[in-house]
Amino acid sequence: MQKAIIQLETLSCPSCMQKIENAVKGLNGIHPDSVNVLFNASKVKVDFDSEAIAIGDIEKAIEDLGYPVLKSKVKSA
Amino acid sequence: MQSYIFRKKNQITLISGILILSGLFSHFALENATLFTWSFIIASVFGGAPIAIQAYQALKVKVISIDVLVTIAVIGAFLIQNYEESAIVTFLFLFGSFLEQRTLNKTRSAIKELTEMAPESALKQMENGEFEEVEVDEVDEGDILLVKTGAKVPVDGTVLTGKGHINEASITGESVPVSKTVDSEVFAGTILENGTIQIRADRVGEDTTFGRIIELVEEAQDSKSEAERFIDRFSKYYTPAVLILSLMIGLFSRDIELAITILVLGCPGALVIGVPVSNVAGIGNGARNGVLLKGSEVINDFSKVDTIVFDKTGTLTVGNPEVAEIVFYGANREEVLGYLASVERESDHPLAKAVLQDIGGTTFSTVEETEVVKGGGIVAKVKGHRIAVGNVALMEKENVALNKNVQRDVERFEQNGNSLVLTAVDGELKVLMGIRDQIRPGVKQDLQKLKKLGVKNLVVLSGDNQGTVDLVARELGLTEAHGHMLPEGKSAYIEKMQAEGQIVAFVGDGVNDSPSLALANVGIAMGNGTDVAIETSDVVLMNSDFSRLPHALGLTKSTASNMKQNIFIAVGVVLVLLASVLFSEWMNMSIGMLVHEASILAVILNGMRLLRFRLRGKNQND
Repeated sequence: MQKAIIQLETLSCPSCMQKIENAVKGLNGIHPDSVNVLFNASKVKVDFDSEAIAIGDIEKAIEDLGYPVLKSKVKSA
Repeated sequence: MQSYIFRKKNQITLISGILILSGLFSHFALENATLFTWSFIIASVFGGAPIAIQAYQALKVKVISIDVLVTIAVIGAFLIQNYEESAIVTFLFLFGSFLEQRTLNKTRSAIKELTEMAPESALKQMENGEFEEVEVDEVDEGDILLVKTGAKVPVDGTVLTGKGHINEASITGESVPVSKTVDSEVFAGTILENGTIQIRADRVGEDTTFGRIIELVEEAQDSKSEAERFIDRFSKYYTPAVLILSLMIGLFSRDIELAITILVLGCPGALVIGVPVSNVAGIGNGARNGVLLKGSEVINDFSKVDTIVFDKTGTLTVGNPEVAEIVFYGANREEVLGYLASVERESDHPLAKAVLQDIGGTTFSTVEETEVVKGGGIVAKVKGHRIAVGNVALMEKENVALNKNVQRDVERFEQNGNSLVLTAVDGELKVLMGIRDQIRPGVKQDLQKLKKLGVKNLVVLSGDNQGTVDLVARELGLTEAHGHMLPEGKSAYIEKMQAEGQIVAFVGDGVNDSPSLALANVGIAMGNGTDVAIETSDVVLMNSDFSRLPHALGLTKSTASNMKQNIFIAVGVVLVLLASVLFSEWMNMSIGMLVHEASILAVILNGMRLLRFRLRGKNQND
């Protein structure tokens, strides 16, 4: 199990959070309860199974929604 | 294609604006209706594309977002051939988003600046004795590092050689440089302004004080207050509700223009952004000024505090007590002082340190059967003698007779504001020491500022004797003073005040008083880097700087009031817009979008004022 903190360029609209939350929750290998989109810090925190999904796939799902990813930090949960 | 459009969003906004301007120019200057219409059609399609894609993405993940509302409104306007409205609304929406991003990033910058102050490299001594530049991650505890003028100290460490002045603003918020020589402690993230020093790394990476501060500030940013969680839940249902309302109005009134205007006016932007923006700016200001506020809920609670309870030693006083008065009873002074010093060496109590410092060089003996009496002192055996060192209560417990002379001395010492240390050998009193601590400079003025900020009760609770705490209370103008308090007594007293309806903050050094820090509505630690202080408390005053306390209270009051202002602006704007659409002729989609975007910017700019908050006299922003 891995824990990722994904730093986004910016989160400026409130519905961005819902969009990202729903999109990330819908991916395979994600623990749905762990998805936390933080408006104040423009960050997404998520626990994921690295054998089922790569951090790059999570980043891509977020970028596809129109939110550029600045950097990601992954560590063991 | 989709990501290309997202990347070029700002250019699309600019082109959309130029097309609108050229349309207006064609209309007013050239009087060319075809050019006018086509400019607005192209601007609508061009500007609408990124919004429509975002709307599509939102619907794909089952979210009815603002983009969905705006896209439906723009398509509606386009279908009824109101191209001016569709073009202007898309442009204003894109331009508004651009400005929101810029200003929000600025608001978050206080915290970003702090994290960017983290050192990245260090000059580490290698096996050949030479210093080489390495990544800070490659530094381990015990490594020897060289810090040159102008460089950042990469770790928490101790100066081995050299001297210089260090700017510790990143830790304490205080930018006056502090002199450092051999054996001084230095902190990661601070800057050596002059001189060159060699240091030994004591704590590295996330274990440094600076690392912990960053972690705490980031966690504070992440936390949500009850109000924020409510607004999040509210917005989840609010946007779909606006869509349904608009559909119903469209169906019943058959007025598509009115229906799509409602869609635009109902966007909840300012309401949802207002509260977090105030919080993040408040936390950012605190982080810059040596005040760690652990989250939005703390801001809310602290702003309502009406009673502040202080621990005495290390909080109201500097925490460096010294022996001020001493009386011996009987002969063999040197021998008794030797026993006393041997016993006190077993303790890490601040009073024991003062006693040892005063005695200086002496012969230490082996101490056996040491027993620590909670709230009393220590009893131990030295060279076969039973030595009791502690307060009057301990002497009573040990059945040590205190004759009238001694009682007079005790009374006098207490009246002079001394903490008492009595020493008995085999049940006979031999020494009475009076130990005094200095009141922190400036505390009196800081306490007056707290009163001006609306704190009604200022209380000191101390394990010290009543005479000493009364003296401190008189000198500082506190409302209550209670001595002879054990940690559990302090927390019971806090519980009692809370039961009486007071909202209580407890200020302590966090070592003995973690129960009180945890129990109070707001626990405030004088954080000189101790783990317990930082972990248990809600607010940390870095470097134990008492003057940060009024700033912290003023800041939380301003932040709480700023949040209310933002909610008022947001709700007020929606109500005015809805009233205008129903009862006036002048409201349309474009004006609605303009006012909507302006209200979002207004709440962000209002929140940003907190970044410049300084306490001046009374609670006010500058």
